[in-house]
Amino acid sequence: MAEVLRHRGIGTEAAGAGERPRRPSRRPRAHVAVFVAPFFVAFALFFLAPIGYAIHQSFFKLTSSGLGLTEPTLEFTGLGNYARALGDAAFTASIGRVLLFSLIEVPAMVVCSLALALLLDSARARFRAFFRVSFFLPYGVPGVIASLLWGFLYVPQTSPLVDALAAAGLPHDFLSPGMILPAIANIATWQFAGYNMLVLVAGLQAVPPELYEAARVDGAGELRIAWHIKVPLLRAPLILITVFTLIGTLQLFVEPLILKPMTTAINSDFTPNLAAYNQAFGQSDIHLASAEATLIAIMAFVISFGFLRLVNRKGNRAW
Amino acid sequence: MRPSTVVVLALLFAAALYFLLPVVWVLVAATKSTGDLFGTFGLWSPRPQLGQNLSRLFGTGVFGRWIVNSFLYAGLGALAATALSAAAGYAMAKYPFRGREALFNLVLAGVLVPSTVLALPTYLIFSEAGLTGTFWSVLLPGVVSPFGVYLARIHANAAIPDALLESARLDGAGEYRIFATIGLKIMSPALVTIFLFQFIGIWNNYFLPLVMLSDQNLYPVTLGLALWNSQTFRDPAFLELTVAGAAVSALLLVLTMASLQRFWRAGLTAGSVKG
Repeated sequence: MAEVLRHRGIGTEAAGAGERPRRPSRRPRAHVAVFVAPFFVAFALFFLAPIGYAIHQSFFKLTSSGLGLTEPTLEFTGLGNYARALGDAAFTASIGRVLLFSLIEVPAMVVCSLALALLLDSARARFRAFFRVSFFLPYGVPGVIASLLWGFLYVPQTSPLVDALAAAGLPHDFLSPGMILPAIANIATWQFAGYNMLVLVAGLQAVPPELYEAARVDGAGELRIAWHIKVPLLRAPLILITVFTLIGTLQLFVEPLILKPMTTAINSDFTPNLAAYNQAFGQSDIHLASAEATLIAIMAFVISFGFLRLVNRKGNRAW
Repeated sequence: MRPSTVVVLALLFAAALYFLLPVVWVLVAATKSTGDLFGTFGLWSPRPQLGQNLSRLFGTGVFGRWIVNSFLYAGLGALAATALSAAAGYAMAKYPFRGREALFNLVLAGVLVPSTVLALPTYLIFSEAGLTGTFWSVLLPGVVSPFGVYLARIHANAAIPDALLESARLDGAGEYRIFATIGLKIMSPALVTIFLFQFIGIWNNYFLPLVMLSDQNLYPVTLGLALWNSQTFRDPAFLELTVAGAAVSALLLVLTMASLQRFWRAGLTAGSVKG
């Protein structure tokens, strides 16, 4: 990558020597490469190369010949690993599970962060600094710790929450198969709703106050202002939040991994990422794991780009 | 107070209760013995023994080490990521060159690739290069932040006037000096945001150190606590350590977040969408 850039830099310089350049560039362009190269070298090494290597590995498989007494040989199998992954009922079930999880988590996240932002931005709100900090705090708590904390609040032996719900006669088995996805969605919402709220609040602060004044003069109440003025103005950040939440949910990994020992509702193929991890380290099949990791990335890409195309088709672009 | 004010405040307080509950629970739990952890109400500690729990926690020796490791991975990684992003973003905003938009589209695609997807492939290629199990295997992937480049470019585009750079050139300043004295200064709010984002991202990343490291002395605190938690079923004494460790690291981050909150320009990311 750096080579390419340097060639390009020198190339433009050489071309500029013969004729008068159209743009007033008084200096040699080497500095552009010096600025850009460090990032793109790192990007190529730690971003593109791993993806390329995983895709490469996904086209091979280890075959042991005879009685398995000789070293297994590496064999090109084309899309064989992909066929195996997609033919594996546990893996396709894990894809279905994260898609279902997205259907729970994305609306929950959008509604929660929007509600928090509108409440905090409402003319009636007080103690704004305190609320901002307390909503935002969980963003700094790592997924592992958040899952541990909520895990303790889900397990009957340590949880005041379960005590209270049981005393009130309400359902309280958070770790049952039917409740496990909402229970995980709660952890993710708890972690990121406050951050997304800050993004929305920042968007609201860019709205000129005269707009609200005009609406008030016309007799609109706070609720109507929120719904008819604020929400439409937040279209772009709401789309952004939706996309990033969507991508996050498809990557689900830490929460089920930490909750797994506490419940029988989570198996080792619970999400595609867990399945790939299990394939690589449990079954030592890095070729199948590579195919699964590639499938996860393709799925995230197709779904997030598909969503962006869908919302960008009509009206103004958000991205 | 008007009724609508009461409703808004009640909802806000309910939300605050929800967000603070797990943090309050773990702070209370950190003062309990294992027996009380199971036997007493979650939000009240009848026989607090915080000092004893903390001295056991830090007496393990390894916990303090995990905290230091986390700070090293996140601090050094975020610092390098900010420097690389600032230079690349600035150049992509201020110098037209061939292939610029193609490279920027690559960066944008990179923004949409989450770190979890990369962890396994990075492990595979690092194990080929013999890098797994080292400090570097966790530090190096953290220096790449496509989102940082994206944010730096958008911000440099919007905030650094070309006329200013032009007049600096007329005064005889070189391109590197202009970047170091003018560019970095004007971009500083964006750079703080990039640093914080990457710091939190590395601190919270669990998949990468999980697949890379086997030596407990190199663990970040997240990995260490998950290890202790997985051992509680063998020996309940680990539960006390896990809870106290979770409390200390949650408190550490909560304090960091609260003190850095005013530097946190979520508005930068919101505004950048329009760019």
